[in-house]
Amino acid sequence: MSLTGIIATLPETLVIFLKTFIAVNILMLHIAYVVYFERKVIGHMQARLGPMRVGWHGLLQPIADGVKLFFKEDIIPSSADKPIFYIAPVIGVVAAISSLAVIPMWDGFSIADLNIGLLYILALSSIGSYAIILSGWASTSKYAFIGSLRSAAQVISYEIAMGMSLVGIMLLAGSASLSDIVTAQQGGVFNWFIFKQPLAFFVFVMAAIAETNRAPFDLPEAETEIVAGYFTEYSGIRFGLFFMAEYAGMFIMSAMAAVCFLGGWSGPIPGVPGIVWFLFKVYGFIFFYFWIRATLPRYRYDQLMSLGWKLFIPLALANIVITGLVKIL
Amino acid sequence: MIDDNMNDRSEGVDLLSKELTLNMGPQHPATHGVLRLVLDLDGETVKKITPYVGYLHRGVEKLAENRNYMQILPLTDRLDYISAMSNNIGYCTAVEKTFGIELTERTEYIRTIVGEMSRIANHLLWLATHALDIGAMTVFLYCFRERESILDLFEKLCGARLTTTYTRIGGLKNDASPEWLEQVYKFTDDFPSRVEQYETLIDQNRIWLRRTKGIGYISPEDAINWGLTGPVLRGSGVNYDVRKTQPYGVYDKVKWEVQTAQNGDIYDRYRVRMEEFRQSNSIIRQCIEQIPEGPIISDAHKYVLPPKDRVLNDMESLIHHFVLITKGPLTAPKGEIYVATEVPKGELGFHIVSDGEGRPYRMRVRSPSFVHVSALPKICQGELVADVIANIGSIDIVLGECDR
Repeated sequence: MSLTGIIATLPETLVIFLKTFIAVNILMLHIAYVVYFERKVIGHMQARLGPMRVGWHGLLQPIADGVKLFFKEDIIPSSADKPIFYIAPVIGVVAAISSLAVIPMWDGFSIADLNIGLLYILALSSIGSYAIILSGWASTSKYAFIGSLRSAAQVISYEIAMGMSLVGIMLLAGSASLSDIVTAQQGGVFNWFIFKQPLAFFVFVMAAIAETNRAPFDLPEAETEIVAGYFTEYSGIRFGLFFMAEYAGMFIMSAMAAVCFLGGWSGPIPGVPGIVWFLFKVYGFIFFYFWIRATLPRYRYDQLMSLGWKLFIPLALANIVITGLVKIL
Repeated sequence: MIDDNMNDRSEGVDLLSKELTLNMGPQHPATHGVLRLVLDLDGETVKKITPYVGYLHRGVEKLAENRNYMQILPLTDRLDYISAMSNNIGYCTAVEKTFGIELTERTEYIRTIVGEMSRIANHLLWLATHALDIGAMTVFLYCFRERESILDLFEKLCGARLTTTYTRIGGLKNDASPEWLEQVYKFTDDFPSRVEQYETLIDQNRIWLRRTKGIGYISPEDAINWGLTGPVLRGSGVNYDVRKTQPYGVYDKVKWEVQTAQNGDIYDRYRVRMEEFRQSNSIIRQCIEQIPEGPIISDAHKYVLPPKDRVLNDMESLIHHFVLITKGPLTAPKGEIYVATEVPKGELGFHIVSDGEGRPYRMRVRSPSFVHVSALPKICQGELVADVIANIGSIDIVLGECDR
């Protein structure tokens, strides 16, 4: 009996539970080891080794970090707005992990194949920005406050650009379900939307970096200006939760890029399992994130805003118009 | 502050009309030590900025009044701890002028070599932190790689990496071996290509240009009026370098040019320092090519410690040694003198008042960092928070020297 056959005999709730279990585990492992991956990649780019002490070539470093974060003292500023202070990092992590529900990792595997999958992800990433705003507000620290204000402005501007860059995809695929979008890209590498929508891909990549607050758009947490931005006052595992949210966000954005522009689980060589292609693309994209971080300086706040409103949003709009015209003609 | 805003809201006062007072430092990732700035912000625009210095005050000038001339030397290491060699040279030059000591030729050459090496090390640290402040992380580590080689060379020369205390009044602690000179020469072979490496990362980078061009403008008149010196002054287009105007060491015997730029913004100050890397490199090379053999300590034993073997074998030298160590030079001429040298950050001046005792009656240090910090409020006026950080980086301050 094949695997699909076994799955078909199980009750539906159990299947959903198992799928969630698998997906969340993948993501947790991802979060632990993508930090290690980042430190190694950037380390070698900067002529040093990265973690080397804990385990063979530092392989146990993420576990050591996790244990440390769990056992650190949880310091809460006396003037903080406590309930909001507690709940802000939880919102961030929940929003990031829930996005995983609609990502199709290989053919037929997504926890819930929503017909509005794209909108769902955009909505959850907006909810994620509440975590940032609330944590900055609840900390009653000026650095955290400035960091969260910057973030609010940044996320709003770049979400518009990102949403618009994905409109072209929805027009071409004729659906907002992520599985349908991948299906629409089947039949060879040149059917991938990156070749049909290069402009949208460019805008999406830039907006995705800004959306996840990564360099060169990492202004909300620009450590040399406003210390650590919105999570300056957080310590211990609450700080860890923000960290998890950021790296989960990177995974989601990379998965979106893979699904919407790079053909998802489909690959040029037949016979290779879909999950291999999917993860290959996701980690290729994450590597790109690290590469940018190691290379580029940081934008200034006003430059970031003008870039978003004056360049990316008009580009995305133009892309929609062109795609629409081509589609009609 | 946020609480104040909340109160305002309850009273119905317009929320946006309130300025935010932000305390930056003394512990802050980008204030290069313990500089404290109080910013009055309107949104992200700086309305007013007030620097508070003194968090690293150790009373170097007062300490100097209670020590003889030789004992002051280690204090100068701790002024600008990034370029201790230059400070040693600056102090010794001032004291030698006071006493009228003639230096041997080899001493002058070695001093020039280590002075320029310390300039390279200082500018490397400056570039590293300045780039990191603007967000370019990799430049930081590349610069530290080369700075490490220079510190290793310092260690081989005198045993210390940071607080070197290498010069002595009238000479040097020890001679530089031919192997050491060869290693320095080898370093200068590779170094220009490393500078090109840094430039590939940031020089034409659009983000770097947007963060530095036209930001932090200082006009040539202002630069002169505020007493700015060094690369900050030269970045505004003023051709002034103590090494050219009042040459010391062998700066008049080697070929080099004063680097200036025209626009007076952060980018131009960056360019000036990048060119100084190349000039310093070429000065070191020429010095090593020309360096003569000879003694490394002057013969004026009323002021200069005699060599150890002579102290052990010669009665007169033993007496000189004893007097100099216990009381300092007792025949010091009376009077006062101001001697400036060009350290990496600008003009470092020692104003020494001598009343004929073995210790200075008063020693005043004119430190470039202190002067540059005082110009910060004017440079940052009306710019954004992120520009304040870039400006602090571009004026290249060290608080050890600023607070003394």
